[in-house]
Amino acid sequence: MKPRTLFEKVWDRHVIHQEEGKPAILYIDLHLIHEVTSPQAFEGLRLEGRRVRRPDLTIATMDHNVPTTDRSLPITDSIAVKQMETLAENCREFGVRLYDLDHPQQGIVHVIGPELGLTLPGKTIVCGDSHTSTHGAFGCLAFGIGTSEVEHVLATQCLQQLKPKTMEVHINGALSPGVTAKDIILAIIAEIGTDGATGCVIEYTGEAIRNLSMEERMTVCNMSIEAGARAGMIAPDETTFSYLQGRPYAPEGDTLEKAKREWEQLHTDKGAVYDYRVELDASKIAPQVTWGTSPGMGVRVTDTVPDPATFSTPTEQQSVRRALDYMGLTPGTPITSIEVDRVFIGSCTNSRLEDLRAAARVVKNRQVSSRVQAMVVPGSQQVKEKAEQEGLDRIFTEAGFEWRESGCSMCLGMNPDTLDAKERCASTSNRNFEGRQGRGGRTHLVSPMMAAAAAIEGHFVDIRNWKYQD
Amino acid sequence: MQPLNQHRGGVIPLDRANVDTDQIIPKQFLKRTERTGFGQFLFYNWRFDTDGKPEPGFVLNREPYTGGSILLTRNNFGCGSSREHAPWALLDYGIRVVIAPSFADIFYNNCFKNGILPLILPEETVEHLFQRVDSDITQKLTVDLETCQIHDEQDFTASFEVEPYRRYCLLNGLDDIAITLQQEDRIRDYESRYPDYYLLTNPV
Repeated sequence: MKPRTLFEKVWDRHVIHQEEGKPAILYIDLHLIHEVTSPQAFEGLRLEGRRVRRPDLTIATMDHNVPTTDRSLPITDSIAVKQMETLAENCREFGVRLYDLDHPQQGIVHVIGPELGLTLPGKTIVCGDSHTSTHGAFGCLAFGIGTSEVEHVLATQCLQQLKPKTMEVHINGALSPGVTAKDIILAIIAEIGTDGATGCVIEYTGEAIRNLSMEERMTVCNMSIEAGARAGMIAPDETTFSYLQGRPYAPEGDTLEKAKREWEQLHTDKGAVYDYRVELDASKIAPQVTWGTSPGMGVRVTDTVPDPATFSTPTEQQSVRRALDYMGLTPGTPITSIEVDRVFIGSCTNSRLEDLRAAARVVKNRQVSSRVQAMVVPGSQQVKEKAEQEGLDRIFTEAGFEWRESGCSMCLGMNPDTLDAKERCASTSNRNFEGRQGRGGRTHLVSPMMAAAAAIEGHFVDIRNWKYQD
Repeated sequence: MQPLNQHRGGVIPLDRANVDTDQIIPKQFLKRTERTGFGQFLFYNWRFDTDGKPEPGFVLNREPYTGGSILLTRNNFGCGSSREHAPWALLDYGIRVVIAPSFADIFYNNCFKNGILPLILPEETVEHLFQRVDSDITQKLTVDLETCQIHDEQDFTASFEVEPYRRYCLLNGLDDIAITLQQEDRIRDYESRYPDYYLLTNPV
């Protein structure tokens, strides 16, 4: 048999029909839905008199516009309430399991999927959210879809898809202390650009990727979309299998053993060919900070804000000038002298237990700068509970951070957690677009440790020089 | 879905690269539960000031571009969030064709589901069109999806490519779901061989 890539193996297994010159019809194993991109899909079903074909393979949660303040208080945003109530009604009517605001396992859709053992190697997973790429960390083919496609999957449990191309991103070597999975992916995006992998599924390979924990792998795959890729994948291994142990929906006993025998085949065969290949050396990656309004506009923390004149095309120069103007930055300014007003630790990129542990270690026995308002938003109620069991909440609150309930929060500011105009934020989220965290707000994307250190010092610092007080 | 075969309309030059879906439709407008009514919020943060008054410098507020239905823009248009609210907002405003050197995948796909043609032209052709529009030589374009040709009212013509199946669906305004449901037997057959380890048997 012809050698195949990991992507091709998962793809081939799910094609139920393919006609020449037409998209493949692909079976979907897990459909995750949330309150923002699903209401119009359910409405479409109703208008056509269709049902949800596989409610048993569909899971819903509320995350995008939920408040992160005290859950016992009424929600003030009546339109957000309507959207949440609509999801609850739709789930009741169509028989879909819902992790609502009061559920002890509620959280960001891409945090709870893996946490509950819904995300398993070899699955096809879709959700009306571009960061569905996160789940590819388990060797799934997982990608974001629009609402019309949400409706399509609800009605048919299938999707029509043109076969994407493949790109291998190979990371050799070992990371330096203080350099994280977030820095790997930001460095990749800075290298290949925000459209560098358009039309592709990325497979991340190499020693540095193999040595990452599952949570770190999720951070890398999460931001595949910021490099233009629909999906990112990492072949499953012992790290993956041990993560799955005891998760609520994960198979157990003999079923698990049978599954593992299948999953062990999920790797790229020797001799299989990718359409594109990129290679990076992990030991050369430094902590990253974005300076502009696109995730590819990033540099090493030791660099300065770039000069538009150094970019090659007039279109790029114009984009850079516009970004610097929006961000209120002057070329040549050292990154470490940029002062921040807000710090946000959270989002589907960096709100898992390991992220909070790493940030807590930085802030332990320190105080948040008087110029900074800082908050931690755990990715799920489970993450929150476990962090509290470890005492991380106290480390954060004693340092002056706010400790919130779970949700997407200030990553996209659909709830009340937003920046004011011209406020500057060190954020562990995934997008620094204009107005993403609030109209006129200025976002710098960094790792959780870098965000934590910026909260303490009031400006960016090179985390590699940090003096830990533990 | 409204079919699209031939479309003639005014060109709106949006001279920016990497326009993300957060700009096309900012998040504060994603809370509606309908597909319609988003046009008033298209490019909101660029189009209106913080008091909600039109920004006179923004292209949608400038003559002769108001009322245009063909958006001309730069590479990687529609990057970022998967929100289909972005094509809904474009369509509701009256945009039927977006011309760019490249598009982000999810947005590109979403356009076809909503009767919008995302039309890819080479970077130099897009640059050439921007110059013609800026100097008022090109004001209206006619896009013919039957022949995959585009021309203005002077001497500009170009051809473009679209995947045949997408073109076919757009020309005929076809509903994807009905097409997939024709494969019911194959779906059922696949489900009969479904691996038990993927079943979500453990209840909440």
